Amino acid sequence: MSVLHLNESEFNAKIPASSVAMVDFWATWCGPCKMLAPVIDSIGGKYEDKAVIAKVDVDANPGLAAKYGVMSIPTVIFFKDGKEIDRKVGVQPADVYTKTLDANL
Amino acid sequence: MPYDIAVIGSGPAGLSAAINARARGKSVLVVGNDYRESPLYRAERVDNYLGMPGMTGPELMEAYRRHAETMEVDLRTGRVLNIMQMEGTSYLSIGSDMETARAVVLTTGVARGKKLPGEEQYLGRGVSYCATCDGMLYRGRPVVVVGLAPDAPEEANFLQGIGCQVTYVSAKQPEGLVPAITWVQQTGRLEILGEDLATTLRIGDRELPAQCIFLLRSAFPPTDLLPDLALEDGYITVDRHMRTNLPGVFAAGDCTGLPLQLSKAVGEGLVAGQAAAEYVDQLSNS
Repeated sequence: MSVLHLNESEFNAKIPASSVAMVDFWATWCGPCKMLAPVIDSIGGKYEDKAVIAKVDVDANPGLAAKYGVMSIPTVIFFKDGKEIDRKVGVQPADVYTKTLDANL
Repeated sequence: MPYDIAVIGSGPAGLSAAINARARGKSVLVVGNDYRESPLYRAERVDNYLGMPGMTGPELMEAYRRHAETMEVDLRTGRVLNIMQMEGTSYLSIGSDMETARAVVLTTGVARGKKLPGEEQYLGRGVSYCATCDGMLYRGRPVVVVGLAPDAPEEANFLQGIGCQVTYVSAKQPEGLVPAITWVQQTGRLEILGEDLATTLRIGDRELPAQCIFLLRSAFPPTDLLPDLALEDGYITVDRHMRTNLPGVFAAGDCTGLPLQLSKAVGEGLVAGQAAAEYVDQLSNS
């Protein structure tokens, strides 16, 4: 499983313990999120050994969405040692995400 | 299964592209506003359409729709919010749905009206174009809907229905709003204010607090859909085959430039539909 689907407690256990992580905040009702899904999957495949690539369903985990001030979905947040280092709001081409990952690996 | 061709815009150029691509055996999805919103529908009479002077806009538009239906074009009412191209496939987000196509024909007409002050700055940080996408994040909180499209009251009702506290702003009194929604008449210039995040919609000298401001328009500039699309004087740059600078993306009709006339839209639609069909054939053969 190259892309992890995290709930709140899994997120709290996993993300602070990861040196680099990329988390896609999404929901089932959101067309742009569906469009981004294959991009996240492909990044998950490529970065499996280097970073944690994960998704959080904001509908099932409203606490996480509120904690990180997710105001529009999809929002992709990058973490280093559990601290937010960058975020991309809306659908972006794959290289926007991979560049941020590469710069922090 | 992806569609062969997705046409964005349901006016004369889009429907002409669609039937001509169908005539070449391609599967075609057309996504656009209700056809009664097409500028052609509002034309009292059209006197320069060859051989058929004196037709009314609604007569022509209804005949075009019937033709497209007969040709088994998939017609969908909706708003395309994003297009992303990846590995020879275009992904389109349409409200809460996603569709895929191998080629795209843009027939989006002319987007009238400029962006509001603050709109770009706060997009994704308290400004949203998509009620179905972002509404759930604002349950129990005050939001403002700026109704610039005929279906905006439905979207406002949706937001109120999921638990947002909606204020609706428009120049004219809207029809069909649920009673719980407050209507505020737009009497002056709109501006979005905030700090890190948008907090307020200013209307003339009145200020409405909001955690999210939903701007619901009928038409977007095509570069909102495809940021790398080349434009010239605000119109999409195309060649004789209605190809844009992006592979697999074609354009036709008013969005490519003057004159903004029916015959030109229909003619360009034909060229774009055939060129897109040819492009799909080349993809299949390679």
